[in-house]
Amino acid sequence: MVAFVFTLLNGVLYGLLLFMLSSGLTLIFSMMGVLNFAHASFYMLGAYLAYAIGSATGFWVALFLAPVLVGLLGAVVERFGLRKVHENGHVAELLFTFGLAFVIEEIVKLVWGKTPVPFRPPPELAQPLFSLFGATYPAFRVFMMVVAVAMLVGLWLMLKKTRLGLMVQAALTHPHMVGALGHNVPLIFMGVFGVGCALAGLAGVVGGALFVTDPAMALALGPIVFVVVVVGGMGSLAGAFIASLIIGLMQTAAVSVDASIGDFFRLFGVTLAPGGEVARITLAQVAPMLPFLLLILILIFRPRGLMGVREG
Amino acid sequence: MNRNAWLAGAALVAAFAWGTAASAQDTVKIAYIDPLSGSFADVGEQGLHHFRFLAEKINAGGGVNGKKLEIIGFDNKTNPKESLVQFEKAIDQGIRFITQGNGSSVAAALIEAVEKHNERNPSDRVLFLNYAAVDPVFTNDKCSFWHFRFDADSDMKMEIVTDWLKTQPNLKKPYVIGQDYSFGHQVAAAAVRMIKAKRPDMEIVGNEIHPLGRVKDFAPYITKMRAAGADVIITGNWGTDMTLLIKAAMDAGFNVPVLTYYGGGLGAPTAMGKAAVGHVRQVTEFHENIENMNLDPFLDEYEKKVGQDFYYLRVKNLMEMLGRAMNESKSNDPMAVALKLEGMTHDAPTGKISMRKDNHQILMPMFISTLSDKAKRTVDHTPFGFTTDLRIEADKTAAQTTCQMKRPAS
Amino acid sequence: MRHPSTLARMIPWAALALVLVALPFIFPSRTALTLMNVIGINAVFALSYNMLLGQTGMLSFGHAVYYGLGGFATIHLIAAIKSMGLPIPAPLTPLMGFMGGMLAGAIIGSFSCRRAGTPFAMISLGVGELIAAAGLMFRGLFGGEEGVSGDRTAGPILLGLKLGGPFQVYWVIAVWFFIAAFAMWAFTRTPLGRLANAVRDNPDRVEFIGFDPQRVRYLVFMISGGFAGLAGGMAALNFEIITPESLSAFPSAAVLISTFIGGVTLFYGPIIGALFLTLMSSMLSDYTQAWQFYVGGVFVLMVMFAPGGFAGMVEKARFKFLYNSWDWILPRLARGAGAAVALGLGAMLLIEIIVRWRFSGRPLRFLGLEFSHQSILAWILALGLVALGLWIVRMIRASGSEELKGSAVR
Repeated sequence: MVAFVFTLLNGVLYGLLLFMLSSGLTLIFSMMGVLNFAHASFYMLGAYLAYAIGSATGFWVALFLAPVLVGLLGAVVERFGLRKVHENGHVAELLFTFGLAFVIEEIVKLVWGKTPVPFRPPPELAQPLFSLFGATYPAFRVFMMVVAVAMLVGLWLMLKKTRLGLMVQAALTHPHMVGALGHNVPLIFMGVFGVGCALAGLAGVVGGALFVTDPAMALALGPIVFVVVVVGGMGSLAGAFIASLIIGLMQTAAVSVDASIGDFFRLFGVTLAPGGEVARITLAQVAPMLPFLLLILILIFRPRGLMGVREG
Repeated sequence: MNRNAWLAGAALVAAFAWGTAASAQDTVKIAYIDPLSGSFADVGEQGLHHFRFLAEKINAGGGVNGKKLEIIGFDNKTNPKESLVQFEKAIDQGIRFITQGNGSSVAAALIEAVEKHNERNPSDRVLFLNYAAVDPVFTNDKCSFWHFRFDADSDMKMEIVTDWLKTQPNLKKPYVIGQDYSFGHQVAAAAVRMIKAKRPDMEIVGNEIHPLGRVKDFAPYITKMRAAGADVIITGNWGTDMTLLIKAAMDAGFNVPVLTYYGGGLGAPTAMGKAAVGHVRQVTEFHENIENMNLDPFLDEYEKKVGQDFYYLRVKNLMEMLGRAMNESKSNDPMAVALKLEGMTHDAPTGKISMRKDNHQILMPMFISTLSDKAKRTVDHTPFGFTTDLRIEADKTAAQTTCQMKRPAS
Repeated sequence: MRHPSTLARMIPWAALALVLVALPFIFPSRTALTLMNVIGINAVFALSYNMLLGQTGMLSFGHAVYYGLGGFATIHLIAAIKSMGLPIPAPLTPLMGFMGGMLAGAIIGSFSCRRAGTPFAMISLGVGELIAAAGLMFRGLFGGEEGVSGDRTAGPILLGLKLGGPFQVYWVIAVWFFIAAFAMWAFTRTPLGRLANAVRDNPDRVEFIGFDPQRVRYLVFMISGGFAGLAGGMAALNFEIITPESLSAFPSAAVLISTFIGGVTLFYGPIIGALFLTLMSSMLSDYTQAWQFYVGGVFVLMVMFAPGGFAGMVEKARFKFLYNSWDWILPRLARGAGAAVALGLGAMLLIEIIVRWRFSGRPLRFLGLEFSHQSILAWILALGLVALGLWIVRMIRASGSEELKGSAVR
């Protein structure tokens, strides 16, 4: 029972972290058709900036300031980089962000060094929040869920209830029409890219404090975020949300299953060679790789993803 | 402008040519083939600092056979194939001694390459001094005359870990967790084997492996450990796989001892923070607070010069023994040096150490130590340092070997 | 436009053959030979990648899968030649890599090639991650972290090539490089090669004229996988070891970068890219630890300003030289070279000073001068050079737009 509750909590938490990252990516993709390879790098920048600002002002100021800075940086990248590359097509844009990820990692190493920095949750959130059957649950993890949910609600309100959101949605499907109506579409694009990066930065502030802030953190999280976006259906925020939770829960639950592939086949009366390496692989052992398997299955059997509307 | 561009270009080419020519001085060169860029560059540079510092020490004391030692860094990007390219470059520069430590995959490739090179080119043989690659096969089934290891192998370290478990009768339920590759499997297998032999009353409640460097949140694993009733964690994890594991355990209030191989590694104490104090233990040949070493001036000098902690005592041992072997054989020839190194004993700050002749494995005193906030010397710019729990003498670390060494003729 | 005759098209190939024969005598050092072997391998790999990216418009993030699997197929064969005494000469073993890569391409392509564009890129990423993780898990097949090694000198000797050192291996690599490059070039001239271009440019029209774009993609993918496997096989022969790292994201990223930097629009582009990246990573790393920064920076700049890569730049310059008089070329060349030198030198100085300021390295020695990060003069010089370069770029742009205006008026 305890294990079940904690597995659920951990799964939801991991899922929400993935959503914080993938929401910005989805936003950018749905608006601009750009799969931002450097998205996880903005996540890393969020963590490092929060560490730098936080050591001067404390965590709470950094929580707001760091995402804003990352968002501004994203806007600059869009204005002076991506917009220039745009005319060469989507592959060029993808390649640009791919190269950008390299450069950002090198810059981070130059500025903050190659070893991890001591970026930690503020003391008021560092203690356990509640304990269940002797196992404690840290307050910062709950805080992170709150931030993620607040972000989700805020994003939804902004897109559905404000004039700006309407414009963004309209530019999504009919950019030329929106332009013809006199709206500054390039400015909207720049804004969306900036906001998307700011969301990644916010995820970085929380994720960096919870996990480890080091120059490899972008590389470690990058691929899995793409998995979320593709599985959810490219460009669908709801899809990204569902996919994040599914992947979070699936990966977390799989860790607690020690059954092996051999066991699975035995259910059907097939005995694999017991000494074979394939038969010995357990679900727990490959848990972190399951999302990639899911990605391939989804792309084969439902290429538009869970909630995607168009086939890319 | 055009002419200036050409001039600048020509000057550039000349500068590079001059740069390569200028390094060909009358020194005994040692090639340091380890990552100097990429994800593991920090660890690679840490090692290079150690080697450079110790080379300067030896040179200040007169060098070897009247010549100075020179360490040349070769960036292998932790990649076995790139290491072989850098190995060829080193040979081309007339280097006959190479050293490496990060990654058993690289070490295996280099041992193989050195063996083949020495067989195919008997006139310019090369000697490989391994300071940190811990796969036991290098001094057992795959042992080579041209390879010397100055670190304890992973099985020897597990012996020390299980020796410590013998002193802790209250711990009953170990949980073994590791990365899903050769080293992780070796650690797990050794743990199971040795616990069964030394603590038959212990019940191993978990033997977990996870993909290398893929796990972001270890909380699910901690949940599983708690459910299994584990009261001590044994792990060979390194890098973020280790720091994240320990952070997750301490976050969840799962305060059991964590026995690590690399708990004191560069950046780890910073990343783990205060929560790890009193729980994280490491098995090493050295930490800064070992009693009666009389090494403080040396450590101070190193820290002042490099800005990091002194970590690899084995590099000091390696360089001093290499220097002695060169001086005592009055030769800088790899063959003569290798023959001298075999069976050599040496006075290290931690006690007597010796190089086994039968498999070229160093024997040195080993320590289990705990991360503590009461240590005299601190690590990693944190207020914490390591303090000794257990000391095992050099001769007690010797293990049986399956090595059947092929010695070169002459 | 005149089409060159078949004979005229063969002239570059004859020239290439001559250059390949002459190279080892012009650059006979061990380092040069080793590097040329690696460049040959990487060039075949990059050419195979460009069959997808440049010729069929398929962006793959996991091409190393086929390279690595081809390498493993070959190294197992090389090992079997020794252990089972197979009568196969080692120089022929890369063929096994071709078959292995093609087989892997046939299996994986059967589902991944159903999609194009971004979904295809994402499937390739997912497959790449899975295979890379599997490479560490299945120790029987992939040898664990330490990989599988073999001895290329076993087995019958072909044409007197004992394959002892890099000089002898060079001839094998050169021949395979020539065969592979020629075959891939010939492929572009087959109906399938032309269809691949059509699928890249407009898949709908390809369908209208009665071909199945999916099938075209699949066939190209298989053949490309085969040549990637051949490159892996050449690597197995050259290094005599293949580790699971060969399957990972790093070589996949490297081949993408080198292909793009070299230029995807021209057949020979990837060869330049492979040359560039190999030299950068294996030689530049001796001089600067920031070589990855340079590679990343060049890549981003290329994407932004020169999407045709180096080859595209060469081709552009060639046309300018062909159709303009020297009076027109010289001032432009001067300005261009001036901007490039000033910007390049300035940026390089700046980066090197920052790196040294951050990691307290030795002062930069360049052009016989010493640039210390502590001296304000070095900073001023670096920033001044960058500013000068930017100013010249501005000047070029301004005159360029005036010219445009002028031509419009005319």
